[in-house]
Amino acid sequence: MSITPFKMPVIPIIKKQAYLSLYEKGLREDGRRLDKPRNIEVKVGVLEKAEGSALVKLGNTQVLVGVKAEVGQPFKDTPDQGVLVVHAESVPLASPIFEPGPPDENAIELARVVDRSLREVKAVDLESLVIRAGEKVWNLWVDIYVLDHDGNLFDASMLAAMAALETTTLRDYEELETGEIVVKRESPGAKLKVNHKVVTVTTAKIGNYIIVDPNFEEEIIADYRLVLAFDENMRIVGAQKTGSGGMTLKDFKTALKTSKEVAQIYFKALEQALTSGSTQWAEQK
Amino acid sequence: MGGKPKTMLIGEDGLRHDGRKPDEMRPIKMQVGVLANASGSAIVEYGRTRVLAAVYGPREPHQRFMVLPDRAILRVRYHMAPFSTSERKSPAPSRREIELSKVIREALEDVVLLSEYPRTAIDVYLEVLQADGGTRVAGVTAASLALADAGVPMKALVAGVAVGKVGGILVLDVDELEDSKGEADMPVAAAPDIGLVTMFQLNGVLSEDELERGLSMALTAIENIVSMEKEALKRKFEAIGEEV
Repeated sequence: MSITPFKMPVIPIIKKQAYLSLYEKGLREDGRRLDKPRNIEVKVGVLEKAEGSALVKLGNTQVLVGVKAEVGQPFKDTPDQGVLVVHAESVPLASPIFEPGPPDENAIELARVVDRSLREVKAVDLESLVIRAGEKVWNLWVDIYVLDHDGNLFDASMLAAMAALETTTLRDYEELETGEIVVKRESPGAKLKVNHKVVTVTTAKIGNYIIVDPNFEEEIIADYRLVLAFDENMRIVGAQKTGSGGMTLKDFKTALKTSKEVAQIYFKALEQALTSGSTQWAEQK
Repeated sequence: MGGKPKTMLIGEDGLRHDGRKPDEMRPIKMQVGVLANASGSAIVEYGRTRVLAAVYGPREPHQRFMVLPDRAILRVRYHMAPFSTSERKSPAPSRREIELSKVIREALEDVVLLSEYPRTAIDVYLEVLQADGGTRVAGVTAASLALADAGVPMKALVAGVAVGKVGGILVLDVDELEDSKGEADMPVAAAPDIGLVTMFQLNGVLSEDELERGLSMALTAIENIVSMEKEALKRKFEAIGEEV
């Protein structure tokens, strides 16, 4: 059952008027313009044991994605394809509003929006994951781990998932006479085949304004958020309105226009991270 | 999956697999006041898709902490009956049902005048009795009718429809076959009387132009469905009037 949130922090609601008067001047609390995302940092290959990984910082929001590849069975209706599973966890260390327990509707929605945006455009080449058709395929588990929640988990998670998949390797394996597949965990492996790059851009409607990349407080006071997913050819590969407010057609068109521009910024950040190669997790002295 | 079966979805005559034109809805049926216990109820059919909605409340929730001081909370459950699908569906709530319950709640929250009933809960229960595509949007239509039937004050009626893309063509009110074999499925709900889109999702790939055309196709259809909702509500109260 989905219930109107009744435990939301009140401080942002009290501050709403202050936010609105700043927006009127074209500014945000952190000095950003309405159509600009926060500082983006993408680090890839931050985990050794995962087959792919990425840590994304979007302002103070931090999302870690680990990709694990396991040998498993294909689905009966798609014997010639591997399996892609996206899962999101809102671990309690990430925010005072997160509690331990199974994923709530927000975490489920987050995972499903990222999943759809990857799946529908066939971003991951699932055919290339077949080991023995109908019997053995790679199962790719994309686990989104929210580490610090300061809003816009959609864009941060999508960036992290994409960066992690782009750096995922499928380990070498040995096929025994019994037909069993033995994965060589420490082998260098081969790069996962990725067909398309995808980013999502989230805008929020607050008062009469549409702002890009809302932080946590902005999300609380927003009427709704619009998440639009784009591939590198700027096709729209997924969309979701989230939040209770209704959206006018005019606002939809404004948000679409702004989102297209911001998508380029995200693609650039992704590209830079992938060309600069793997990075250290912790900052070194 | 793949590109081959698309030809059968749109025939050479430009008609869809069930004979519909691209911008044609399936036959819609709706009736309100179909359950005795609920404060309001409705059954809605889009072709073979059949959804039953019941509204309970405004009432005091069992867990009394679960309230807001300035308005009612809305609690929505979208659930599929085990016999509603080709293969039996487990009655346990799936991740899909959890997400859809959320987006349906959000599709209703902006039109219900929740501030009229502080410290209460309004419960909307949706049971998909038969699933043939478009269950969430038929669910929104049924929920809107059941809320109106319960006498819950609303700014406007809401209705939903899904636009899809099959064989490169935008089609209205996708059924299950078109949804599973097509290139895109875009569920939309709106309150046309106040000019608001209240549900918007895209599952698939569209160009910017297709997205905008699809949305306007959905909104035109939703205006018609809302007119049908008004008729369905009138039918019930005219019948009561005749009895008196």
